[in-house]
Amino acid sequence: MSVPGDFYLTLSAVLFTIGAIGLLVRRNVLVMFMCVELMLNAANLAFVTFARELDDVGGQTAVFFVLVVAAAEVVVGLGIIVAIFRRRVGATADDIHVLKG
Amino acid sequence: MHLLLAATVPDALTFAVAAAISVIGALGVVLSRNPVHSALMLIMTLFGVAVLFVEENAQFLAAVQVIVYAGAIVVLFLFVIMLLGVDRSEALASEPMPAQRWLALVLGILGCAEVILLARGKWPVGAHSVSGVANPPHTANVTVLGRSVFTTYLLPFEITSALLVIAVIGAVVLARRPRGPEGEAPASGTGSEQAAGEGGGAGAPERGAGAGLAPAELAPQPEPGGTVLEEEERVSVAQRPDQ
Repeated sequence: MSVPGDFYLTLSAVLFTIGAIGLLVRRNVLVMFMCVELMLNAANLAFVTFARELDDVGGQTAVFFVLVVAAAEVVVGLGIIVAIFRRRVGATADDIHVLKG
Repeated sequence: MHLLLAATVPDALTFAVAAAISVIGALGVVLSRNPVHSALMLIMTLFGVAVLFVEENAQFLAAVQVIVYAGAIVVLFLFVIMLLGVDRSEALASEPMPAQRWLALVLGILGCAEVILLARGKWPVGAHSVSGVANPPHTANVTVLGRSVFTTYLLPFEITSALLVIAVIGAVVLARRPRGPEGEAPASGTGSEQAAGEGGGAGAPERGAGAGLAPAELAPQPEPGGTVLEEEERVSVAQRPDQ
């Protein structure tokens, strides 16, 4: 008998929480982006766990699509970050406050 | 914990070790001062999650996880870190929102407790195997996943290809160096280039007159992506002592 799904879901929740806290606490844009990847991975783990628990391959297919979307997101996001940092020197998210009222 | 003991020893051990690796890596991503260390810790977490995927009979996803995430995405992160040179530490002294950290911590722990509480209970279970059985006997995981992607989820798969094309085009557009009068080069880069151009131009007269070198050769080498406008600017700066 393999490890029950509760443990995987708990681990997924912990990973997601760490990613969310990191996204809120850190101010380096790249590290914030990595925390988003962490949260995506936690969601993937939950998807695969449910796919095993319900014996349905749809969960794994969802992970497949999440991977593709994550790749596209990283490409565009890093492009935006490079475009922003090309015109200013600040390294933190607080330096980007043009829209601040 | 008795549930974990109900599992076979190799399964329980694998889960415990992979979970520990994942959590340590995740904490490392958040707590590292250096972004490069954060990226390496992210790789550690991704490997731990890949091991858990194998443990849950999702072998193809484990391979894709390592290849795409650890092999492509994190390398892209590292490229950008090296490109931007973001190795200076964050200015921790000036905190614009002092309460933000504690609020984030409290909010995160509350959310985590809630989700764990939900995971401990009974989750709603729908009809089994809507889009195919995950682990039928005598069939590989790749076969099942491929059949699902190319039959049930064919339209999302096609839309995914369009999404990838759009992402590639967007990345090219964003990474292109802006040209034209409204899209001038960044202030810092222009300043350093002008300084270098004047430094080269100061010694230009005797060398330019004696050896007959073209001013363009004395000017610093233009960047590969440099616009025509910048190059003309450099040439004019190098010729200034002659005038």
